[in-house]
Amino acid sequence: MMAREVYLDNSSTTPMHPEVLKEMQTLLERKYGNPSSLHRLGNDAERTLSSSRQLLAEQLGVKSGEIYFTSGGTESNNMALAGIARRNYRRGKHLLTSKIEHPSVLEPLKKLEVEGFQVTYLEPDRNGLLDPFQLAETVTPKTILVSVMHVNNEIGTIQPIAEIAAAIKRKNPQTIVHVDAVQSFTRLPLSPREQGIDVLSISAHKFHGPKGTGALYIRGGILVEPLLAGGEQEKGLRAGTENTPGIAAMALAARLNSENRKEKTAQSKIFKEKMLSSIETAHPWAQINGPRKAEGVPNILNISFPGLKGEIILHALEEHNIFVSTGSACHSRKNKPSHVLEAIGAEKAALDGAIRISFSSMNTPEEIEYAASKIPQVISELKAFMS
Amino acid sequence: MALLLIRYGEIALKGKNRPFFEKKLHKNIRNTLKGLEPFQVTFEKGRYFISIPSEKISQAQERLQKVFGIISISRAVRVSLDLQEICAEALQLLKDNYKPGMSFKVNTRRSNKSFHLTSPKINSTVGAYILESGLDIQVDVHNPQLLLTVEIRNKGAYLCAAEAAGPGGLPVGVNGKGILLLSGGLDSPVAGWMALKRGIELEALYFHSPPFTGEGAVNKAVDLCKVLATYGDPLYLHLAPFTELQKQIRLNCPESLMITLMRRSMLRVADKLAYQRKAGVLFTGESLGQVSSQTLENLAATNEVASLPILRPLIGFDKEEIIDRARKIESYDISTRPFEDCCTLFVPPHPATRPSIAELQEAEKVIPLKELEESCLGNIETIKILPRGGER
Repeated sequence: MMAREVYLDNSSTTPMHPEVLKEMQTLLERKYGNPSSLHRLGNDAERTLSSSRQLLAEQLGVKSGEIYFTSGGTESNNMALAGIARRNYRRGKHLLTSKIEHPSVLEPLKKLEVEGFQVTYLEPDRNGLLDPFQLAETVTPKTILVSVMHVNNEIGTIQPIAEIAAAIKRKNPQTIVHVDAVQSFTRLPLSPREQGIDVLSISAHKFHGPKGTGALYIRGGILVEPLLAGGEQEKGLRAGTENTPGIAAMALAARLNSENRKEKTAQSKIFKEKMLSSIETAHPWAQINGPRKAEGVPNILNISFPGLKGEIILHALEEHNIFVSTGSACHSRKNKPSHVLEAIGAEKAALDGAIRISFSSMNTPEEIEYAASKIPQVISELKAFMS
Repeated sequence: MALLLIRYGEIALKGKNRPFFEKKLHKNIRNTLKGLEPFQVTFEKGRYFISIPSEKISQAQERLQKVFGIISISRAVRVSLDLQEICAEALQLLKDNYKPGMSFKVNTRRSNKSFHLTSPKINSTVGAYILESGLDIQVDVHNPQLLLTVEIRNKGAYLCAAEAAGPGGLPVGVNGKGILLLSGGLDSPVAGWMALKRGIELEALYFHSPPFTGEGAVNKAVDLCKVLATYGDPLYLHLAPFTELQKQIRLNCPESLMITLMRRSMLRVADKLAYQRKAGVLFTGESLGQVSSQTLENLAATNEVASLPILRPLIGFDKEEIIDRARKIESYDISTRPFEDCCTLFVPPHPATRPSIAELQEAEKVIPLKELEESCLGNIETIKILPRGGER
């Protein structure tokens, strides 16, 4: 058994980068001032905040005044959808999204439907891909907002967001394009201006930053109604004392995780291929959910073992210090099957028997070697008396 | 300091056992109030009195509502045995609860017969005094909106304006000890609650199948026991590893008998555990005909392997009634957590509804049941569950 845990659930959350942890500790200890305070400690915190904003803006190639700090992906998505819809309803009440979005997109949209907005939910294909032209056909003069996730958190599909944005803008230049980039930021190249993205959500704990911190990019000129009433922080869009240590740690984590992207992606690819080939050699009956190679990210592998149960595989692997997730961590505490796997047409047995293996740049080749030999073995043991 | 007056029910009827019952209840009351110090519990002829800091009174009342044996709990005020004082305090209590146009009634119980007025006389005197206050109120002896009770006792007069119902039942511990077969489902916690209600001191037995069932499933069992422990503290939870037994049954026995065979093994282990823990009875959450493993034949097949009586408090309950009760005792939200447990691990598509005992015994011969069950029993891990603040 591996002495250290082999953490392969990086799409749920990632461990913090040691440098980021150190930075955050220092800030928590020394820079505890409130950025709104007028004394030196306040000014110090304010400077940290503004340099973090600058750093993050540079990563995205946007102006620092277009970055707003939030408590994470869920708040960023809520702010983008509810904030924009409620402020721009005079131009129309139609919203557009897909069936495989994260609950932090789908649930606010459900609330907006109750408030009188119409929402269209598009079907992806078997690989989870959306067709830009089909999407654009659904856009009307009344469509104020389209929300599409860049990388799907369960199956790893990469949406062609630049094509999608372009197709939408051709049909209605006024339509605002929101991208949930929680899974992709720092892992894939992102430049909102070039790709035609107006609003973009990110979350620090998905790229080795701390939990409880995120950001929303809002292109200058877009009007948003705040979700919280209170102080004037973040230009009045997000009341509440800023989480300065968390924000600085997020900015640092963003920089660190974006470094050597090519090498990291290449390594991830090797990991995924290694895992896949050793599973498929031993168990040709296993089924990949979502895209096989090119259309998917290399750090997510969603695979079903029909006849077995995802949760039981998960616990059996846990015994060997390997940590994976069932279909998706967000579903794994509910009795419902994954809405993403359902939307791409997975059958009942595949839904029940799905696990998700997700890598990060902090995984080592030894860990993957170990897991790739252990997983097929555990599956064989389970299969012997479960199906 | 504020004062709570506690009335108890059924135990007042018991003859020579009465002091035993009352002592148990006294102890259970003290136990449930742990952490709310400084408080004092005194017993005086048919009543318990609790004096406790007034900021803790709501918390105390909430906890006492889960102590079996208690019929009702009232906030009380004590005054001396002086009619003038009683009248003044009664008026004050009414003013505290006053709504214009309301009706009220005074109800007196005089256990101290040396007091110079009879109960009806006190009722009318106090009632008249209140009416003279000129407030917009009237007397209604049948359906009063406010019932003022006056208890004339040796140490003084106690006045209460409202009472909260207790859970009834018998003090936990007066009827011996039982082992509850706890699953992750809705039924067994309710069955356990009903056992506690009739004065049984409970220990729970939970079978799990590591590594296939995770910590989530065990935490669920712990949390369910915490709920039960708020009614019967402390409560021991025994975690029994079932993996090997389950594997052997799965691999070697007919699939249709699997569930019944598993239950028989569980009951045999429970029966042996009960002897070790000096328990005299087993409890399960079975209800007749609810699922295919709960037919008469299947119940008989489990009875056959246990030497102790198996009580099934939910036998005549519909699922809806069980759900209702589970919501009331707040086990519902825990029971509905979706973790796989050892009973959902492998469910055969068509379990046998009428297996014969001979058929089952035949199936059991092919596996080394005795050793497997002994190893299951020997590897039980026991946790002491406290209702508030974790386990130890």
